[in-house]
Amino acid sequence: MKTLLILGAGTGGTMMASHLRKKLPGNEWNIRIIDRALDHYYQPGFLFMPFGIYSEKDVYRPMGRVIPKGVEYTEAEVDRVDADANRVLLKNGNAAGYDILIVATGVHPEPEQVEGMAGPDWRKNIHEFYTFEGAKALAARLKSWKGGRLVVHVCEMPIKCPVAPLEFCFLADAWLTQHGLRDKTDISYVTPLSGAFTKPVASGILGRLLGEKRISVVHDFAIARVDPEDHRMVSWDEKEVTYDLLVTVPPNMGDPMIERSGLGDEMNFVPTDKHTLQSKAHKNIFVIGDATDVPTSKAGSVAHFECEVLTENILGHIRGEELTAHFDGHANCFIESGHGKGFLLDFNYDQEPLTGTFPFPVVGPMKLLSESRLNHLGKMAFKWIYWNVLLPGLPIPFVGHKMSMAGKNLPSKAA
Amino acid sequence: MPTKIFAGTPVDTDDEGYLVNHAQWNKDVAAALAAEEGITLTDSHWKILDFIDKDFKERGAVPGMRRMNKIGNIATKDLYSLFPDGPIKKAAKISGYPKPASCV
Ligand SMILES: Cc1cc2nc3c(=O)[nH]c(=O)nc-3n(C[C@H](O)[C@H](O)[C@H](O)COP(=O)(O)OP(=O)(O)OC[C@H]3O[C@@H](n4cnc5c(N)ncnc54)[C@H](O)[C@@H]3O)c2cc1C
Repeated sequence: MKTLLILGAGTGGTMMASHLRKKLPGNEWNIRIIDRALDHYYQPGFLFMPFGIYSEKDVYRPMGRVIPKGVEYTEAEVDRVDADANRVLLKNGNAAGYDILIVATGVHPEPEQVEGMAGPDWRKNIHEFYTFEGAKALAARLKSWKGGRLVVHVCEMPIKCPVAPLEFCFLADAWLTQHGLRDKTDISYVTPLSGAFTKPVASGILGRLLGEKRISVVHDFAIARVDPEDHRMVSWDEKEVTYDLLVTVPPNMGDPMIERSGLGDEMNFVPTDKHTLQSKAHKNIFVIGDATDVPTSKAGSVAHFECEVLTENILGHIRGEELTAHFDGHANCFIESGHGKGFLLDFNYDQEPLTGTFPFPVVGPMKLLSESRLNHLGKMAFKWIYWNVLLPGLPIPFVGHKMSMAGKNLPSKAA
Repeated sequence: MPTKIFAGTPVDTDDEGYLVNHAQWNKDVAAALAAEEGITLTDSHWKILDFIDKDFKERGAVPGMRRMNKIGNIATKDLYSLFPDGPIKKAAKISGYPKPASCV
């Protein structure tokens, strides 16, 4: 009996367990998954909790309900991978051997990386919505909001779901309007980038939308420290932004376990072949989702597309073949823009997000990079799709891992 | 593609002034690129430029801030004082490497 071991039962790890359990014979392969969490979280739902659109119950399920049948689940904290010995050491003193290892431990926010951020103002006037606890605390804080300076902020890139802080701005604008607080609140968006988003066409369109919603943008702001007493952020070149409520996205880093294992780079991301998803250091270690260093978005949709490639490549690896399935960096992200509307982005390593229709030319039904009600409905439908289609490893019709150019307008027409 | 004359030799750059062909780079070109940014190169600057050069040759990418800190042992505040206003972009340009891709 051989063992395929998966570290992390989040989006990528759980999907891989579902896909591989269907493909690997039960009498030859034991599939084992290890995670320290008691529950599986639907992280895109964290965005909606502060505004009361989702309640706590919408965003989690006990692990037992999402781990596929025939997969052995261990609740434990991984201490480190001993790649030379093909085994993983757990914090509880146990060890787990493997023939093939999949690292799916994701990334998490680390406010301690910024001087003063995790200090006395943390969870008082400084909040985040990238964790369940954070989203819950921010929901409580917004209940007592009477107006003032609301600053939405990104510390440094890359972060998972790079559009989420923009979505937070749009939803805050709508929520404040509904509650009669918009005219009493200044919203600003503070980013280390030179514009609203990383890619030019999307950056232009999203930047205009911020303007229309009276959200001011402070760009090229590289945070050096937070001064919690005076409620202000200071950049490395001594610019200042003051806040009454700071909603920040702290630096997103891979798990310290990656560092202890000697498997990571300076962000604790695992150096990974961007096409095959094999670790660059070890042939029997594969990496999926946010834990990789591949140059595309850290997003659940990316993990989903990677999953198809990785399943093929692991089967190829087992047969002793060259790895032939190639990932193109495909990402597909809905952006909530408030008031029941949304955007859709579709892009990959080579092609930036463009305008057009998705997945079919002309008829869509989704519209790329422009606001529509259907895009919003698509985003809201995603929660059901996530629990019932993605995690159990069922296919989504018409949307494959290879990005399609059908329906996309080339840049000259797009602006 | 613009061609500029640096230290007496023609050098190809992109529209933003980043070198297109690293083979055309040398220390005199670096000094000329730095002068365009209003910087006079000292040993402290060269410590950073040398690290970028070494790291690019190993990994094929301009190192980010954290990599400079952790692997290159270079403090962020030094980067800002030596290469004001966007140190990574400026240092990359002076090293003759492409503009660092902002992460997706
Ligand atoms: C606010 C927000 C909004 C988002 N919106 C979207 C969206 O609209 N669309 C989209 O596609 N994506 C979105 N995402 C991103 C998406 O949630 C992530 O990209 C996705 O979950 C990545 O999957 P993963 O498997 O790599 O990591 P995760 O799902 O984060 O799973 C990692 C797992 O590893 C476990 N783990 C880590 N270290 C250890 C250890 N040492 N020992 C044991 N267990 C460990 C963790 O407990 C966790 O269960 C959003 C994320 C956030 C935070």
